[in-house]
Amino acid sequence: MKAVYEKLLGGRSGFVGLLILAALLLVVFPLGLDIFRLGLVGKYLTYAFVAVGLVLCWGYGGILSLGQGVFFGLGGYCMAMFLKLEASDPISTKIQSTPGIPDFMDWNQITSLPAMWQPFHSFSFTVLAVLAVPTLLALVIGMAMFKRRVGDVYFSIVTQAIAAILSILIIGQQGLTGGVNGITDLKTLMGWDIRTDSARLILYFINAGLLIVCILFGRLILTSKLGRLLMAMRDKEERVRFSGYDVASFKVFVYCIAAMFSAIGGAMFTLQVGFMSPSFVGIVPSIEMVIYAAVGGRMSLLGAVYGTLLVNFGKTYFSESFPELWLFLMGGLFIVVVLYFPNGLAGLYETQGKRLLARLRGKKPAAETAVTADSQIAIDNINLEASK
Amino acid sequence: MVSLSEFGAIFAMQGFNGLSVFCVLLLMALGLAIIFGQMGVINMAHGEFLTIGAYITYLLSKLTTAYAPALEPFYFFGAVILSFIVAYALGYLTEMLLISRLYKRPLDTLLATWGLSLAMQQTFRSIFGAKEVSATLPDWLLGSFKPTENIDIPINGLFMMGLTVLLTGTIFILLFRSRWGLQVRATMQNRVMSGAVGINTRKVDRTTFALGCGVAGVAGAAFTTIGSTGPTSGSLYIVDTFLVVVFGGAQSLLGTIASAFSIAQTQSTAEFFLTGSMAKVLTLSAVILILMLRPQGLFAARVRK
Repeated sequence: MKAVYEKLLGGRSGFVGLLILAALLLVVFPLGLDIFRLGLVGKYLTYAFVAVGLVLCWGYGGILSLGQGVFFGLGGYCMAMFLKLEASDPISTKIQSTPGIPDFMDWNQITSLPAMWQPFHSFSFTVLAVLAVPTLLALVIGMAMFKRRVGDVYFSIVTQAIAAILSILIIGQQGLTGGVNGITDLKTLMGWDIRTDSARLILYFINAGLLIVCILFGRLILTSKLGRLLMAMRDKEERVRFSGYDVASFKVFVYCIAAMFSAIGGAMFTLQVGFMSPSFVGIVPSIEMVIYAAVGGRMSLLGAVYGTLLVNFGKTYFSESFPELWLFLMGGLFIVVVLYFPNGLAGLYETQGKRLLARLRGKKPAAETAVTADSQIAIDNINLEASK
Repeated sequence: MVSLSEFGAIFAMQGFNGLSVFCVLLLMALGLAIIFGQMGVINMAHGEFLTIGAYITYLLSKLTTAYAPALEPFYFFGAVILSFIVAYALGYLTEMLLISRLYKRPLDTLLATWGLSLAMQQTFRSIFGAKEVSATLPDWLLGSFKPTENIDIPINGLFMMGLTVLLTGTIFILLFRSRWGLQVRATMQNRVMSGAVGINTRKVDRTTFALGCGVAGVAGAAFTTIGSTGPTSGSLYIVDTFLVVVFGGAQSLLGTIASAFSIAQTQSTAEFFLTGSMAKVLTLSAVILILMLRPQGLFAARVRK
């Protein structure tokens, strides 16, 4: 029991942080916001899956993937394909020249359902595909890149190119994918209308619950020996390698986990927003997702969620009220966060917030272990183990 | 470069297109080959420095038409020089204020310069509007050159090729035949040692980055001869450009040229058989596959790390 408390929940401070987040997502937002605004929060939270994944692979693993949109998109498209097939039953599509296939295929003179779409009639296959397709792609990319010791920077560029390829491919293959409009007009999930207010509320709760599960899973990884290894690798890869660890496998693993989280986010996005389009796949959205993690704090799973919410609220507010200012702000945010707050909101909280809280409680600030010191310990632990 | 007559038959087949794409890629990649290839700095705002050059050419063309119509045939040369100067100055500033603080954190440089590129795009949009603009070309750049009945080569394309050759040559001499280039290469290979033998490495960093940006500015000026300029024109090419440099082998200028050529030829040949988007997918995928097999790129420089 104690082990669960320490490992999974991260001790007292981690547990309190998680409780606050859970209360915010599961109680405060649903009570305080109308269903439209809550839907927006739900949409933002789907991006938070990507940000949480990025904390794992970028913050702790040192792998900056600029193509997380690929996995978000693949997860979303898998779900959208299932929903689209359900929405295109022969009765509701009887005005088409070929009834029973999605409308955009009909517009593109396709007369039978392509083989790629066939298995998406089954919901269990779809769920499997949402989880497996992006993870397998990440596995292939990761194996190819990390086993050959491709450097961080090159990896970023290659993932970016993959994001470009996939978005061009989706836009180009209009008949198969719906092209630039994406897959739209999604109505029901196994007969359950996902557009009603009650359905949206339920989906919101499922989404928030899944996010918390992902965060817990991330915690589990980070507090295990694997998490220590990841940090050590990020800081002194050669040293870990010489200690006898297979560095590449750990990188591939954490990259796959990040991909799977993104895919869950993508699938939930499709369910809640009711469409999926290539505008969530390409380079620009992929890099935007990195800034969510950066603002929240690349070393903090909870911070990533707050970062995502904050940047997106800002984006919605500014792009409605001052559309010209938004890009300046976004650009400035990138620069300021990177230059002055490399650990984001969570880092600010660690250095300033805790001191403030302690002062409020009338206590002297406790000495905190800095993040860098943490990873130094990781390296030392590994050396100890290696020398045993 | 290959002489025209030698490749005449191929030109006729896949058009002037392949070489044109090659020039575009190479012009963009040259600046990046200096900044990313030599210095290892990922400058995501590279495309925007290019756009600056294009907009300056546009501005200068407007100004000449309005105030000095007599100079119209020659404004373009002024534009090339001015583009270089402005992009160089801005690059210098960027290095001073932003890049110099991030040399130890390459991935953070990537994010910060991406932020810079967003801000620059919005600046362009605020100043020049969201619509694409194009410079008025002098008469001698219009029209086409017809060596035989069925080959039709536009002059502006030829001009751009000439400029590409000139720029590549200049950079080659600067990097590999000049004292400054020697200092640059020494600094990038062994910073501490270079400092010890009396090279001002901070100054070298600054001028190298600025030069890369200046070259991008010139490339931007050249682009106005073949297309129009919008606020996001530069960013459209940024991934391709990085791939060109990485594919060529980051520290080799020859590699950059070879990779720009092979990527451009693959793409234009594929476009002959497939749709544009599929040709692009095919080319990019091929490049990535080759990079997975050969991560060091086509021409790997032998440098001790």
